[in-house]
Amino acid sequence: MNTWSRFNIASVVLGFSFLYLPIVLLVVFSFNESKLVTVWAGFSLKWYVSLFQNQGLMDAAWVTIRVALISATVATALGTMAALALTRYTRFRGRLLFSGMVYAPLVMPEVITGLSLLLLFVAIGFDRGFVTVTLAHITFSMCFVTVVVQSRLLSFDRSIEEAALDLGATPVKTFLEVTLPVIAPAVLSGWMLALTLSLDDLVISSFTSGPGATTLPMKIYSQVRLGVTPEINAACTILIGFVAIGVIIASIMTKRREVQRQRDEQAAFAGR
Amino acid sequence: MKSLGNIRRSFAPWTDPDAKPYITFRNVTKRFGDFTAVDDLTLNIYHREFFALLGASGCGKSTLLRMLAGFERPTSGEIILDGQDIAGIPPYKRPVNMMFQSYALFPHMTVESNIGFGLRQDGMPKNEIADRVTQMLKLVKLEKFAKRKPHQLSGGQRQRVALARSLAKRPKVLLLDEPLGALDKKLREETQFELMDLQQELGLTFVVVTHDQEEAMTMADRIAVMSHGKVIQVATPAEIYEAPNSRFVADFIGDVNILDGKVSASGNGKIELAVNEGFTVRTATGNTPATGSSAGFAIRPEKLKVTRAAPVDASVNAAEGEIWDIGYLGDMTVFYVKLASGKVVKASMLNAQREVEDPIAYDEKVWVSFGETAGVVLKD
Repeated sequence: MNTWSRFNIASVVLGFSFLYLPIVLLVVFSFNESKLVTVWAGFSLKWYVSLFQNQGLMDAAWVTIRVALISATVATALGTMAALALTRYTRFRGRLLFSGMVYAPLVMPEVITGLSLLLLFVAIGFDRGFVTVTLAHITFSMCFVTVVVQSRLLSFDRSIEEAALDLGATPVKTFLEVTLPVIAPAVLSGWMLALTLSLDDLVISSFTSGPGATTLPMKIYSQVRLGVTPEINAACTILIGFVAIGVIIASIMTKRREVQRQRDEQAAFAGR
Repeated sequence: MKSLGNIRRSFAPWTDPDAKPYITFRNVTKRFGDFTAVDDLTLNIYHREFFALLGASGCGKSTLLRMLAGFERPTSGEIILDGQDIAGIPPYKRPVNMMFQSYALFPHMTVESNIGFGLRQDGMPKNEIADRVTQMLKLVKLEKFAKRKPHQLSGGQRQRVALARSLAKRPKVLLLDEPLGALDKKLREETQFELMDLQQELGLTFVVVTHDQEEAMTMADRIAVMSHGKVIQVATPAEIYEAPNSRFVADFIGDVNILDGKVSASGNGKIELAVNEGFTVRTATGNTPATGSSAGFAIRPEKLKVTRAAPVDASVNAAEGEIWDIGYLGDMTVFYVKLASGKVVKASMLNAQREVEDPIAYDEKVWVSFGETAGVVLKD
């Protein structure tokens, strides 16, 4: 099992290079001295300096962050409510239709979602800009939150809610003090998912955005069409850095919690 | 006066016609769609009583408890607690608390804040909550575990936290849903007696739901045996066991032999029953159906005596048979005796002596005998 045969080594190398070679190249060339993206001419940080001086890119980044934070938060609230309705009221009229409608955006081609939103905004005469992009992002990320929260609610022990009611907590207090804290990890991961989806969305943003509301992916895409500059490489490297740090922190925390939990359970059994 | 082996404290408000019931279910019906969970049920429970609802799963006992807690509303009928109709009051406004089968501890709170949860909902001052929580922890002997979370506790400890939490608000009535179901046998037996002591000490009314007849017999003052949404018999454990009112109850509680027959004579509180096994049972207990009607006669295995010789006393009921099977259990031996009609009856005899000369063996001809108060005539 544990022997490293040549075949095993070859498949690992191949697999990982397939996944990471493009990213490694991008990171390496972001430190390139030359303006030509494919020719290495020595180490330099100048593209990072010029990136922070590029007002257009910085503005786009700021728009993206604001859209992502607002849309993820609203989508999480709406998505959690939909998940509660779907798991709690298993027998209301039109439940199947409702759940189908909540999940439809999961499989709907982005082009269609984008186009239909554009048509809607045009039809009601809504000026396209920051608000429309945010609304569009809420629309498509909400169902992802619903899926994540619903899967947690399915394994949720309803008797703890009954216990809270029994002990004198009103339904609202029961939700805030018992239900929400218990499902909080799922709600948080739903929020993170919505945030990530919003951050890197290009298609729907392109359809629903207007002047003054260009997001970072849109900006990068439009610049690349004019030719890739090492500045873009630098911007992407920073993004990768953020994502990597986030993933590492999350996995360390999960690991720690798991170890702590195991230790607690052992203590409980030993101590009786 | 002879009694039915009841050794409980002298507490029997249900025998006093002037006593006012504390909880009353009056013609309560609960339907879920087409399914009738509780069917036109009327029941009285008295103050400070330890009352058990006993029955197989699906008999409506849990629904009854949940209606008392307020999680279900009766379809019709009224539920009266301490003189007040509580059918329309939501669970968070009722002076009753429940201990859940799954314990339902709040996983994100420590033992302390679990116990204090109900008190915080009432807006009790912080220092008073702390005092009460300390007191409850002491009551269930968990002082050392106040700062732990539920997943850091063993099953028995979780059970005690759940108990402390449901008692913290000093409810008028404590409802317990299969309180000992998740514990292992030894812990369950210990906890049964702890619960009884606690109920005595606090002077509360306990209503417990269980499917375990031994648990109900040990703990309860009275037991309601339920089936298909109806109460079949409400009585003390001794009455339920020794004087079941129906075939269902006789069969449900403990082991029983039931002999079917026709009443050949009745009068002066005595009944003669010609049973299908080809002999006449003379008995002085149970229901007194009219002469000529068919009836069943229930007798517990330990009330039957197995001997080689026919009993000398002619007033004793006796039937001849042969040993069909023998089960040696250590403390007692169970004989399965095949009567002339082919019916096999079960008799258990205590092994009071270590050494027995010439014990009864397989295929031997024996006599099965019992006195005239050993069994009861059942309502059909």
